Order: sequence, then C-alpha cells, then structure tokens
Amino acid sequence: MSEACYTRKDLCSDQEVKWCPGCGDYVILASLQQAIVNTGKKKEDIVCVSGIGCSSRLPYYMDTYGFHTIHGRAPSIASGVKLSNPNLSVWVITGDGDGLSIGGNHFIHAMRRNINMNVLLFNNQIYGLTKGQYSPTSEQGKVTKSSPYGSLDRTFRPGILALGSGCTFLAKALDSDPKGMTEVMTAADLHRGTSFIEVYQNCVIFNDKAHDHYANRATRADTTLMVEHGKPMIFGKEKNKGIRLNGLKLEVVELGDKYQESDLLVHDKHNEALAYMLVDASQPPHFPMVLGVLYQKELETYEFMMEEQLKTVKAKKGDGNFKELLYSGETWSVK
Amino acid sequence: MTSSNSIDSVVIRFAGDSGDGMQLTGTQFSNTSAVMGNDIATFPDYPSEIRAPSGTIAGVSGFQVHIGATEIFTPGDEVDMLVAMNPAALKANLHAVKPSGYIVVNIDAFTEKNLEKAKYAVSPLEDGSLQNYRVIQAPITSQTIEALKEVAVDSKTKDRCKNFYALGMTYYFYSRSNDTTIKWIEQKFKNKPDIIKANIAALKAGECFAENTETVISTYTVPVAKIPTGDYRQIDGNTATAWGLIRAAEMAKLPLFLGSYPITPATDILHELAKHKEFGVKTFQAEDEIAGICSAIGAACAGSLAVTTSSGPGMALKTEAIGLAISYELPLVIVNVQRGGPSTGLPTKTEQSDLFQAIWGRNGEAPLVVIAASRPNDCFASAYEAARIALQHMIPVILLTDGYIANGAEPWKIPDVSTQFGPIQHRMIDLEKIDKATFHYMNRDEKTLARPWVVPGMPGLEFRMGGLEKDIKTGCVSTDPRNHELMCHLRQKKVDLVAENIPLQTLEGADSGDLLVVSWGGTYGSCYMAVKKLQAEGKKISHMHLKYLNPMPKNVETILKNFNKIIIPELNLGQLKTVINAKFGVKAKGYNKVQGLPFKISELVEVFNQELIKE
Repeated sequence: MSEACYTRKDLCSDQEVKWCPGCGDYVILASLQQAIVNTGKKKEDIVCVSGIGCSSRLPYYMDTYGFHTIHGRAPSIASGVKLSNPNLSVWVITGDGDGLSIGGNHFIHAMRRNINMNVLLFNNQIYGLTKGQYSPTSEQGKVTKSSPYGSLDRTFRPGILALGSGCTFLAKALDSDPKGMTEVMTAADLHRGTSFIEVYQNCVIFNDKAHDHYANRATRADTTLMVEHGKPMIFGKEKNKGIRLNGLKLEVVELGDKYQESDLLVHDKHNEALAYMLVDASQPPHFPMVLGVLYQKELETYEFMMEEQLKTVKAKKGDGNFKELLYSGETWSVK
Repeated sequence: MTSSNSIDSVVIRFAGDSGDGMQLTGTQFSNTSAVMGNDIATFPDYPSEIRAPSGTIAGVSGFQVHIGATEIFTPGDEVDMLVAMNPAALKANLHAVKPSGYIVVNIDAFTEKNLEKAKYAVSPLEDGSLQNYRVIQAPITSQTIEALKEVAVDSKTKDRCKNFYALGMTYYFYSRSNDTTIKWIEQKFKNKPDIIKANIAALKAGECFAENTETVISTYTVPVAKIPTGDYRQIDGNTATAWGLIRAAEMAKLPLFLGSYPITPATDILHELAKHKEFGVKTFQAEDEIAGICSAIGAACAGSLAVTTSSGPGMALKTEAIGLAISYELPLVIVNVQRGGPSTGLPTKTEQSDLFQAIWGRNGEAPLVVIAASRPNDCFASAYEAARIALQHMIPVILLTDGYIANGAEPWKIPDVSTQFGPIQHRMIDLEKIDKATFHYMNRDEKTLARPWVVPGMPGLEFRMGGLEKDIKTGCVSTDPRNHELMCHLRQKKVDLVAENIPLQTLEGADSGDLLVVSWGGTYGSCYMAVKKLQAEGKKISHMHLKYLNPMPKNVETILKNFNKIIIPELNLGQLKTVINAKFGVKAKGYNKVQGLPFKISELVEVFNQELIKE
C-alpha cells in the first residue's frame, strides 16, 4: 500500500449526514476521516462494515467502500472481506447494542481470532435507533421505556470483555475529545491484529449527558487519565494527580510532599494485567476514566497464518491439478 | 454342498456396534464390486450419538451396499444378506431383510449380557423367530482370534480384525476377489506389517470358513454390468459437492471461500474443502451458522466465489443474511444438505422438507435461485451449476442435497475436464475495459439484469451498499414507495430470467400419456427405477425429474399439461406438489413419506400402478 495524500474532505461521501444535531457520532466520523488521512491508506483499499443502529449509518458517509449489513453481524462480514483480500484496510463500525448484545458472539470471536481489522464501538449506553431502551452497557436500575421500574441487567464492561476474549489492542476515547480519539484511531489502524476502540458517545436524545461526569470538557482534565506508553500516570488540570500501585490496587494520589512522580505507575501497554486493572478501576469520580491505548500485544494475524498455510501446502503438493484430484484414490476403467 | 448361481443384483447390509468397523467393511465390499465391473450404490446408516453404549440398539451402525449387473440407482429396497455382528444389530435391521434372505450372525456376540442389552428375553437364534430366514451362525470373534494366534498383535487388535473376517465371508458368498482389499490394507497400514498380516489373515479365514461351512447352499455371482465405457471412481455426494465448487472457482478464475459451521450431515463438505489448500481454497470455521454465511457474504463483497454449507437448523439461522445477499445482489452459493426436521429433528436421517424454506423462507419479497442434486455423483455438476448461475446472475443460489445422497456413494464416470465443466464468465468488471466516467455499479446487464461486480481495491469506484432499500439508479438509500416496488419486481425478474440460461426440462419416456411422475432431489433413483419397470410392462407413464426448482425450465408447464394425471412422490408432506399446483393450476397428487427413510422402488411401483388403474 503506497501512501495517499488526502484531506479530510476527500473522505466525505456525497450523502447528507443524518444524525441528530449534536450527536457524538459527528465527531467520531470526522476523527475517523482524520485518522485515515494520518495513516495515508488509499480509499479504494478501505472498507467500512457496520451492523444496525445509529452508529452503523457511518459507512454511508465515508467516500470509501462501505457495507451497511445486518444487526450484530458486521464483525463476521468484515472477517470475510479481510480473509478474502488481506490487502484491504477494514473498519467495523458498531454500537453497544449491535456489538455487545445481538452481536456479542461475533464480537468475542473476532477479538480472539486477531484478524487485522479495527472495531470501533460507539458506546452511548442506550438503544437509540429503536428510541430508547436500556442496552448492555446501561447502568443497572436504568429507567427506560422498556424498563419503567428500572432495568435488572448488570452492566457489561466492553474493555474487560475484549481483554477476556484475547484482544491484542484496546483503546478508549471520548467523543468530546476529537484529538485524543484521532490519535487512538491512528494507532489502531497501524496495529497488526484486531484493534478494539471503545468511544464514549453522547446520545443527545435518549441518554443525554450519560458520560458527562467524566467527558465534560470543563471538568474532563480531573476526571480522565490519558495514558501514554512509558510515561507516568499523571492527570488533573494542574497535573497534580497520579496513579500509584498500592498492594494489588490502583490508587489516586496527590503529587506533592508525600508522593512524587517517581512513586507513580509508568504505563506499560504490553502489560495485560495492568490493562485489566485500569479498565476495572475506571469509575469516576472515585477513579479517573482511563483513556488512550490501554493495551497492545504483538501477535501473528489470522489472515497471515491462513495465507501461510496455503503457501506451505502449495509448496509441498504443488498447485492444485483438477484432473489429478479426479483420479486420486481408486479408479477403474470400463471397456 | 455348494453351487454358483448368477443373479442381477444383490443388497447386503453390514451391521454392528459403532466401533465394529461396519462402514469400512461396507466400503470395501462396494469398492471391490465396483472394480470388478458391477454398478453399485451405497448408503451408510449410523446413529446420531457418536458412541452410544456398546451392544445397544442405539449404538448400531450399518452400511448397505447394492451391487448389480445392470445400472443401479438406489442402495436397494430389501436386504438379501444381513451381516449382524451382535444381537442389537440383528434386532435393529431384521425388518429390512426380505423373507428367506440370509442372515449371518456372529454367535460369539450372542451372550446373555448382549441379548439383554438388545432387549431380547430369549435368544432369537433359539426361539424360532428367524425361521423364515436362512441363518448362518458363525463364531466370528473366536475364529478371528484363532486365525491370528501366530500374529504378533495384542488381543484387542485381534478382536478388531473381526470385521475383515465377516468381509471375507461375504466375498466368498458373492464370488468377490480379495485383491482390492488386500491392496488397500497394504497401503493403509504400510508402516505396520503386523497389522497388515492380521487383517489379511482374518479376511482369508473368513473366506475359508464360508467355503467350508455346510450351511451355505449357494454362492452367487453378480455379472459385470453393462455401463458406458470410460474411467470410473467412487464418489459420495458431499465430496462431489466440494469438488464441483473447486472446479467452478478454478474455471471462474476466482478464489474459493467457504464460511461454515459444523452440522450433520453437511460437515463433510467443510472437511473436504479444508483439505484442498493446493487449490487456494480458504475455509473458515466460523463461531456459528450466522457468522458462517456472513463471512461468505464478506468474501463475496471482496471478490471470492463464496459458499456456505449447512443443514435445516443452520439454514434457519442464516435466513436474515440470505436476505442481505439478495439485497446486495451478490453471487453466493448456499448448500443445504437436508435432514429430517423440524427443529433438530432427525440429524442423521434424510428428508426433502426444506423446499418451502429454500424458495420462500425469508422476510420480504426475497426471491433467489433453487436447484437440487439428484444423486451422489450429480452433486458435482449441481454444485458447479449453482456457482455458474450465482456468478453470471449476481444472485444467491441455494443448492439442495440431502443426507441420503450426501452420504451415499456410487461410481462416477470421471468427466473429461478438457471438454466439460469449462470456463465460467462472471460479472466482475475489468478496470481496463470500463469508462469510469459513465460507469455505475447499478448499471445492469440487459439480458440478465445483473449488476456489475465491483470489489474493494478498485480505485475510483468506491460505493456504499446496505440492506436498506436502494434507489434503482443511484444505489443510494431510498424509501420512495414506487422505487421500492420497482426494486421488488426487479429482484423477482432477475430470478425469472435465470430460466433463459438453463437447459429445457427433459423427460424419461413419451411426452404425453396417462401418468407423469414428477420428482426432485434425492428420490430420483427410486422414481426412475419404478417408472422404468412400469414402462417395460407397457404402461403409459413418464418421469420428469426437476433439477431447477426456482425458476423452473420454461417448458415444464407444457409437459405437465400433456398428461392425464400427475403424481409427485416426495419425502415431505407435499411441498413440490403445492408449488406446482399453485404455479401451473394443475391437480397433481402427492405420495408422501416422512420416516427419515428413502422410497423403496417396490412401493413406488405399487403406488404408480394404483394411480394408473384408478379412473
């Protein structure tokens, strides 16, 4: 793949974008386009595959190849695209309902197979397109039209699910932070293997401000922590807070007389146990929402191994000869 | 006292415990007979439990072989000789043996414990219940061990050789040469000389026992069948399906991609395709049936000849995705190896009850092409044909086979691939040959109405597509009421136009008469044989076997209307009958059976005869 020089505009399709005014999806679309500009992949080699839901309209707005598929199945269709032609750059566009509920099975198996594609999950903690029912990421007790007395379902934590399924790249981002989101999308696109990006996205109509307690621009510096590999975990408007390991627990500490930078944890994106702890601990206001690239692991991709198997067998057996196949095993002549 | 008689055909069933090697024994008998010039048809009958408790009826595994001096179309109605390795095998299969047929029993296995497991209060060998059969009691286990006493293998291995002993007996009864089997044993166990020795010794000991036993009255010879000259091999339906797909991909110059999930009785297609990476075949064992077809749809989006394989319950799960493939107008081959339903139904038994599901079983107006294979070796041509239609018309095609033909095996005249099953033109565009300024992915071929196949990677042609209704010209999402109606008609018209690209329907027999037998799928052999028998008696009966079920060939209506009566035998409650009566306004009768078993030729002869006699 040689590099292409695009502006973000080159990646906008001729279709009018039809999300609700103020929807977080607009920022995600723009960030994705910017990330693709950054990685320089050619648009004919890019395929966006989505399921069903508000998020899944995204492919229509990208001037790349795009397939809007059926509910929950985008990872499977994307897998077929990528395995059929490994040169393509494949993005799966999904939401918390599409990816974790109806498509939960495909999600976990995509994570474990490690096909080189990017799974972008718009988490708005609600079903938007069907007009407001609780989703797998909604908080327990949530009152919606389908749960007038509060939902009984416990909450899925997508990051833990992805790690538990064996994902090789985990990142989290906020729709209120396009810069941070573009950075993790760029990193995800460059990762060889399945990249999972969870974006906290605001649904202005059915779940407005669901992420506000950490995503709000005014307070975000104190409620989120953007991790960077090799750097100490510092956050806060005044850069005066940090994370330290206390026994087997992560702990927020104030920098000053008692704790210095050297007491803080240094982010290691290759440390799987740390990634689990960071996702698990992310509970504002007690602990900042951890964003950025939480985990990354180098592992051979599925499609590479599939191509290698074909090469190995061909090297051993030679290219397939159909006549030989027909005459393989026992044959006889009738005269 | 022995004498040798010549007979036209014989049906032998080998039955024993799942672990007794009956499938292997039956396969050896049929291979030997094929090599000796007989026509053959076989059918394995195994339990759905992998290893049900040994000695029980649930654990009985059988393999039926039909060999003949004339062309053989079915594995046979009634059994001439049953080889029963234990009491359960006898109990489970006795009903299939014809009166005065032979039953070979392994008396060593008729112990009190085994009789109890088979739920016999008294041994059937002692209570006179077998007096209408000719029973040959052979101490198969003990004789095998005795014959192998000099061979350096453990006693468990010796016991395992008893199937070759039984095979040897049948070889003697039916004058089979043991060459093919000995060659096979030597090849199979080439690094295990003791195993070779043991198996061959058991085989020969069985032949000796049969020759010396006083109970055998006659041995039989089945003369060479008069079959067309050429090179032959044995093939089962699932392997033939897999090979047909490989051939189609090769001839379309496209990579073959299979997305599938294991399900009885279709899994062997996945197994076979997974073997042939030298042809560049990519097989993807998905996490479920839905992912199986969805990965195939993705592969079709990206330019592969894409296939998914399944059986009834899996087809049900794939339904929504099939609708997507119809909406996308993608080439996709969907193979349904039918089994007894509904729900989990009868996984290892055959039925042809998914025709309605194939033609209509989707939400919305969602037409596609349906074709069906008629016999094991026809699966090759049918799979190739399904792929050809899919690729030329940009449409999903369902290929229906069934458990009976998928697992059944028969000789196959190896096609001459220098003249047959040649190149397949498809709709993938050649970037050199299009004018990008005027090109559009919704611009259709005038004859077929198929859209061009544009795949990611082609610069300047990027497009978006979804399961949402598309504008007929631009392909963009459209909720316009008229446009939707146009698109529904267009998708139907695309299917109808396939009729211009398939052969006209042929008939066995005169093109008019008293009775027309209409069949489809795996019942071909029994219907054909029954009709032939009645034709030989001078009856005005003809046979129309449909390969193309949706759309049907253009001349089907004319054929139907030239007969006084129409009968449609099916292994369902009358699905094709309903389709034909609705479509053509005729009053075809059904003859239906849903026992998980194929039709017997004799039962069809009787049914057709009754129909001919009736006013």
